[in-house]
Amino acid sequence: MELVWHAAVSGAVLGLVYALVSLGLSLIWGVMDVVNLAHAEYLMLAMYATYWLWALGKVDPLAAVPVVVPVFFGFGWLTYQLLVRRIVRAPVAAQIFATFGLLFVLRYAAFAAFGPNVYGVWRLGEGTVSVLGVPVATSKAAAGVVSLAAFLGLSAFLRFTKAGKALQAAAQSREVALSLGIPVDRMYALSWGIGIASVALAGALLIPFYQVSPTIGDAFLLVAFASVVLGGFGRVDGALVGGLCIGLLENLLGTLLSPTLKLLFVFAVFVLMLLVRPQGLLGEPGR
Amino acid sequence: MDRISRREFLKGVLTTGALGVGSWLRPTLAFAQPGASVRVGALYPLSGALARIGLAARHAVELGVEIVNGEYRELRPLPLAGERGLPRLGGARIELVWADTRGDPATGRAEAERLIERERVNALIGCWQSAVTATVALAAERHGVPLLVPEASSPRLTERGHRWLFRTGPHDGMFTELIFDFVEEVRRARRREVRKIAVLAEDTEFGATAAGWAMGVAQRRGYSVVARELYTSPPASLTAELLRIRAAGPDLVIGANYLVDAILITRTLKEMRWFPDAFIGHVGFNNVPDYLNAVGRDGNYFVTRAAWAPGYAKRNRLAGAVNQLFRQRTGYDLDQDTAREVMGVLVLADAINRAGRLDAEAIRLALAETRLRADQVILPWRGVQFDAKGQNRLVGGVMVQILEGEYKVVWPFDVAEAELVWPAPPWDRR
Repeated sequence: MELVWHAAVSGAVLGLVYALVSLGLSLIWGVMDVVNLAHAEYLMLAMYATYWLWALGKVDPLAAVPVVVPVFFGFGWLTYQLLVRRIVRAPVAAQIFATFGLLFVLRYAAFAAFGPNVYGVWRLGEGTVSVLGVPVATSKAAAGVVSLAAFLGLSAFLRFTKAGKALQAAAQSREVALSLGIPVDRMYALSWGIGIASVALAGALLIPFYQVSPTIGDAFLLVAFASVVLGGFGRVDGALVGGLCIGLLENLLGTLLSPTLKLLFVFAVFVLMLLVRPQGLLGEPGR
Repeated sequence: MDRISRREFLKGVLTTGALGVGSWLRPTLAFAQPGASVRVGALYPLSGALARIGLAARHAVELGVEIVNGEYRELRPLPLAGERGLPRLGGARIELVWADTRGDPATGRAEAERLIERERVNALIGCWQSAVTATVALAAERHGVPLLVPEASSPRLTERGHRWLFRTGPHDGMFTELIFDFVEEVRRARRREVRKIAVLAEDTEFGATAAGWAMGVAQRRGYSVVARELYTSPPASLTAELLRIRAAGPDLVIGANYLVDAILITRTLKEMRWFPDAFIGHVGFNNVPDYLNAVGRDGNYFVTRAAWAPGYAKRNRLAGAVNQLFRQRTGYDLDQDTAREVMGVLVLADAINRAGRLDAEAIRLALAETRLRADQVILPWRGVQFDAKGQNRLVGGVMVQILEGEYKVVWPFDVAEAELVWPAPPWDRR
């Protein structure tokens, strides 16, 4: 029983991190129907950025958040202006090829800049805190808390600010939003900025307990897709629910049955979801 | 139609015949020029993700060739160290022809074909990765060119019955036996209880094969395997795997993990505040210096097997002297890969010298008849002597434990630099 409880709690914490990784993917997907296959590469780059701030500037990863997140907001904005803008109304295949190409450009730029080596932040005497009776590394628990806060913050932004409402309008209908005088193009750029900033936040939170190398995105990209599909396409709260479900599913079934099959469980549920409820757990039919 | 095809057929026969005569003449021509060079093709990942390993290999292979071509009296009785070049070939020098595998099996094979057909090399050496070595071996086999493998460690390379492949270093099965020899001695000489064993491995050729060997050897030697967990690398989390292993209560965990996995294992164990009496890893944990750079002091007390360790250079005169030469070239010490690569060149050169001519079959026979003693190698081996499958059967290794952030040889006990810590202390008493 203790084993199950341990697996559930650490699965939930892991799920919160997955959720934060998926958030930006979901937002961009929801606002402009573009699947960003390079999403996890931004995670990798943000991990490098945080790592180097720590290694060269002695900046604690948590303290690096106010630097890394705005920079990556700009990075996302720039990606939109330089690349994505040209493919917003292109066929889906063109969008897929463009972001797939972006994946390779970013990944091999990282290879060229940092080499294939693995880097990780190492902190002396990093402790654990007890979460519901289960020891969890302090940095992981902090990641969970910040992730929740980010979700609350983004929901509040979308619901209560003018820019947030405009973003939702642009997501619902490009034409109607345009006719209402909403600068749709700027809203798209904003969604890229927020989307990439949120995955950069995830990167900064991950680096204290997860190592970075140019190919590390592979460990997260599929999980992020599964979270988004599970929770509901393009919904911010969907990414949260989806991420949590996958973290729990993976850890509980992995611990109880067989860890070798844990990704199988995740993707079995993923496929099942697509068959039975393609709009996701929280999505409304017909979208 | 019929006539044309017959003509084509004849043309084919003639061309093939001419080529055959050509390759038959080749060794004779080379032999006709005493003091000429012996061409050895070296295949390593010189670009791509493994470029750093390829670069280190390049330094090591070049040092090996330098020892053969130059005169290093102080390195005797290392083969061919004391005299210039290959004496039985009129002092011929070894000339290296480099090829970049880019870490890719298909590229490796194509490059091997190029080295053999266009560069006309007399022998091949390489390729660090087992997967690349496997395809290069096919080219060597097809053309009948000896291939010396210093470091790739998949057991399958020598189990396939290649005629032209010779491996000087140990394979993973032998490393597993080594680990259990070590555990046995820990039980006997240090009186530690070890009964229950868990295996944690990544699920591709390297990890799955090593896990299979570990379980086989453990059962044969009377241990009980209480958990076996395979995962896909790189993993996003290993909590589920390690929770299950902890629940099984093993005395010893054996890991076959890559570097990123090793780092995650270390962190997850720390988070769980659990550490088995001993954790022995195949690789990953001894990836210098990346592993310790990533985990710092949390890497203490992990044990790993090694074909060689810097500490060995302090105990063995020749290893120390060769390490010195390597350091002068590169600014860093030999490691278990580069030490095997230097030795690989020496073994190959020794065989070519004994063959006395550049005929491929003669070199192959000379390799098969290699007899080097323990004092003629720079690794903790009993010497070099190949079995019928081309595997050196006199290999050995050392066990290394991370203590105070340094890799220390802890076994064999007679060459140990530091006292083995077993059981490892719990996290709160470190």
